[in-house]
Amino acid sequence: MSTTGLPPSTRDTSFDAFGFIARFAPLIFLLVLMAIFAIMEPRFLSSINLFNVMRQVSITGLLAIGMTFVILTAGIDLSVGSLLAFAGLVAAAVAKGGMQDRFTVGDDAVGYGWPLAALAAIIVGLIGGYLQGFSITRLKVPPFVVTLGGMSVFRGAALLFAAGGPISGFDKAFTWWGQGKIGPVPVPVIIFLVAAAIAHVVLRYMRFGRRVYAVGGNPEAARLSGLNVNAIICSVYVIMGFFAGLGAFVLSARLNSAEAVAGTGYELTVIASVVIGGTSLFGGVGTIFGTVIGTILIGVLLNGLVLMNVSSYIQQIIIGVIIVLAVAFDTFAKSRRKRG
Amino acid sequence: MQTSSDDVPPLLRMTGISKSFPGVKALENVDFAVGTGEIHAFLGENGAGKSTLLKILSGAQAPDSGTIALDGKPVVFATPQEAQRSGIVTIYQEFTLAPDMSIAENVFVGRELGSRFFVSHRQMEEETRKLSKRIGLDRGPATRVRDMAVAEQQMVEIARALSMKSRIIVMDEPTSALSRSEVEKLYAIIRALKADGISTIFVTHRLDEVFEICDSFTVLRDGHHVGQGRVADTSIEGIIRMMVGRDVGLLAHRQDSSATAEVALEVRNLTRRRKATDASAIELHDVSFSVHKGEILGIAGLVGAGRTESARAIFGADRLDSGEVLVGGRAVAIASPADAIAHGIGLVPEDRKQQALFLGLAIRTNLSMAAHDRITGWGSFINVRREKDLVEDYRRKLNIRMTSDEQLVGNLSGGNQQKVVLARWLALRPGVLIVDEPTRGIDVGAKVEVHNLLIEMAREGIAIIVISSELPEILALADRIVTMREGRVTGNVPGPGATQEQLMTLMTLSKPKAA
Repeated sequence: MSTTGLPPSTRDTSFDAFGFIARFAPLIFLLVLMAIFAIMEPRFLSSINLFNVMRQVSITGLLAIGMTFVILTAGIDLSVGSLLAFAGLVAAAVAKGGMQDRFTVGDDAVGYGWPLAALAAIIVGLIGGYLQGFSITRLKVPPFVVTLGGMSVFRGAALLFAAGGPISGFDKAFTWWGQGKIGPVPVPVIIFLVAAAIAHVVLRYMRFGRRVYAVGGNPEAARLSGLNVNAIICSVYVIMGFFAGLGAFVLSARLNSAEAVAGTGYELTVIASVVIGGTSLFGGVGTIFGTVIGTILIGVLLNGLVLMNVSSYIQQIIIGVIIVLAVAFDTFAKSRRKRG
Repeated sequence: MQTSSDDVPPLLRMTGISKSFPGVKALENVDFAVGTGEIHAFLGENGAGKSTLLKILSGAQAPDSGTIALDGKPVVFATPQEAQRSGIVTIYQEFTLAPDMSIAENVFVGRELGSRFFVSHRQMEEETRKLSKRIGLDRGPATRVRDMAVAEQQMVEIARALSMKSRIIVMDEPTSALSRSEVEKLYAIIRALKADGISTIFVTHRLDEVFEICDSFTVLRDGHHVGQGRVADTSIEGIIRMMVGRDVGLLAHRQDSSATAEVALEVRNLTRRRKATDASAIELHDVSFSVHKGEILGIAGLVGAGRTESARAIFGADRLDSGEVLVGGRAVAIASPADAIAHGIGLVPEDRKQQALFLGLAIRTNLSMAAHDRITGWGSFINVRREKDLVEDYRRKLNIRMTSDEQLVGNLSGGNQQKVVLARWLALRPGVLIVDEPTRGIDVGAKVEVHNLLIEMAREGIAIIVISSELPEILALADRIVTMREGRVTGNVPGPGATQEQLMTLMTLSKPKAA
């Protein structure tokens, strides 16, 4: 190992083809998929359909942004769908000024208006996220178990709160957040992309973001570098909760209804979006850009399969297989990184 | 070779064993022989190549060249199972018992007695009872291993070795976790085995034990066989000389000291138990020392002597049970690394990759990780310009060889990685910097650079504590040297004039001649 005369860094300048492909794999996969669908079903490329796809993915996309923070710390959150349902019901109840008058449809709904409703949903999300973060960092229960429990707790809370029935019919100002458009662009898509941009900046340019990567990459080294590891881990679940609340508000607005079974199975789609986007389940590696691509990829896949009249049962099978393949790819990439 | 005087070949003879790992020659042409019923001490400093040779003997690794003969007949062990079938069983320092299974189940794990499909507990317990009686283990065969003391668990390991009809039992530091009376008991077992013609290879760092129990010895140093013989024909001084007598020509002793009279850090009576409830498992026992501004304090000791444990406790990485840490003369409370950093203490940990670096992140991110306060601008945004300047500054000062600050730190050589870790702490402008094994696994040229850096840092007024397993490194750098053994400080001597022999004596003997 007497390479002192020769800078050891010289070998690093060589082009790493594998690294390049690994980095842009989600984007390449997305473009290939779109090309295939476009050839098989010309309706796919119509702007109406593309905006439709984007609108459909915007809710799971918001959750996937939060999930990216969680998975970057090598954590997981299975409770997102349940928390979203509960937060959505609370927002709906606030918007309607209570639980009576559940089914009044139209502008005549009397309540507290969308700002308070949105705030309520977000506060529910923050509290739910904090409780889970607390359990993980202070009670030392693994994230998988805590959020599996949370999945059941929040769903139960939602069912209890709604007493089984949906809360529907909000005013126009409320539903605009889910159904409105700015120019040709649906409002939820704008919310999704703005949130993604902010999250990108936080992760890349703020010290908090640096620390999220550090804690996920090597928790022991993070602690020995003076970082408060527990505080950082707890906060990513709070961020996840924020996005569950925001997603709940937008979903209720889009459907003009909130119900206790909303968001069932979202955890699968959301985790799939993040993982396909290149974020490592082992922590420390991943980007918001990847998550956005992963989210769109899942949306395009489902949309294309619908256009091609593939049964929704088969769609579930395909999503499941894709998650396993994406993680297998990540494990392979990780073993490559280790050798480097 | 002691057994070659008569024409009977020794029980075990390893000849010309060589083994290389990428970049390291672990063993070079090493010979090793053990006779029937012999208790053989296998000695050498950390990294001398002992574990590699034992792994080859136990079939866990294959040698690059060389031969192994049992009873004069050549053998090849492709797996540990093959070595065990030939009667060579290794008892590792970390036991391999399943704590929730019984003694009998542990003894016969993987070789359960009974018919083809069914295990016979009765038969296994009967056999275990016989083995326990033979070594004086006073426990029923159905006892759960978890409920037994460490010394008893070790006896279960020995019983397992005997159940395999072993002829050579390798014990890797068998006494490190035992009390004095338990050691005596272990000696009795080993002597009883000897009477039955079973040989023991005894790996230890406690040289006095060699003279208490062993018949013969082999010493390795830097992968070479440097000596062997009968214990009765040698002295502790002779063995120490063999262990340390290496070429130290590369390391120049420091010319001048920059130590001042001002105490930067003082620790008093640091005590820490491995488990809060277990008073016998003491890691640190009344450890006290101080380091001055501009001084380099060396801490010498074997692995497990309490060097790293002291450093981690001072830095707040591990809890202390009692003791005081004083920074600049004032007692401070340190409960976490963040507290230590706030008091101007930095730690370069012993395991770069596991404890210091984020291998998947860029050099820039790694280097600035502890110094975010210096590079954070408005609204806790990282000021990338300032961060890049910081990295460039230390790249030049420390001569870090990299292609760009975006390069992944995992792609750097060991020496450059270590410089990144050093730079991370220098960027904090610490008052005290503790460096644990600063040159482990880095090449000779980078080693010299790191040494010069440490000297330079001391000259700038930083108090530096260097922990190292390499005595020449300690001797080359330190103004003063603290030696430790089994969690206690056993010596505090001036660096200039100290010798490896003197330090090794302080590090290894139960009752050092000088204190």
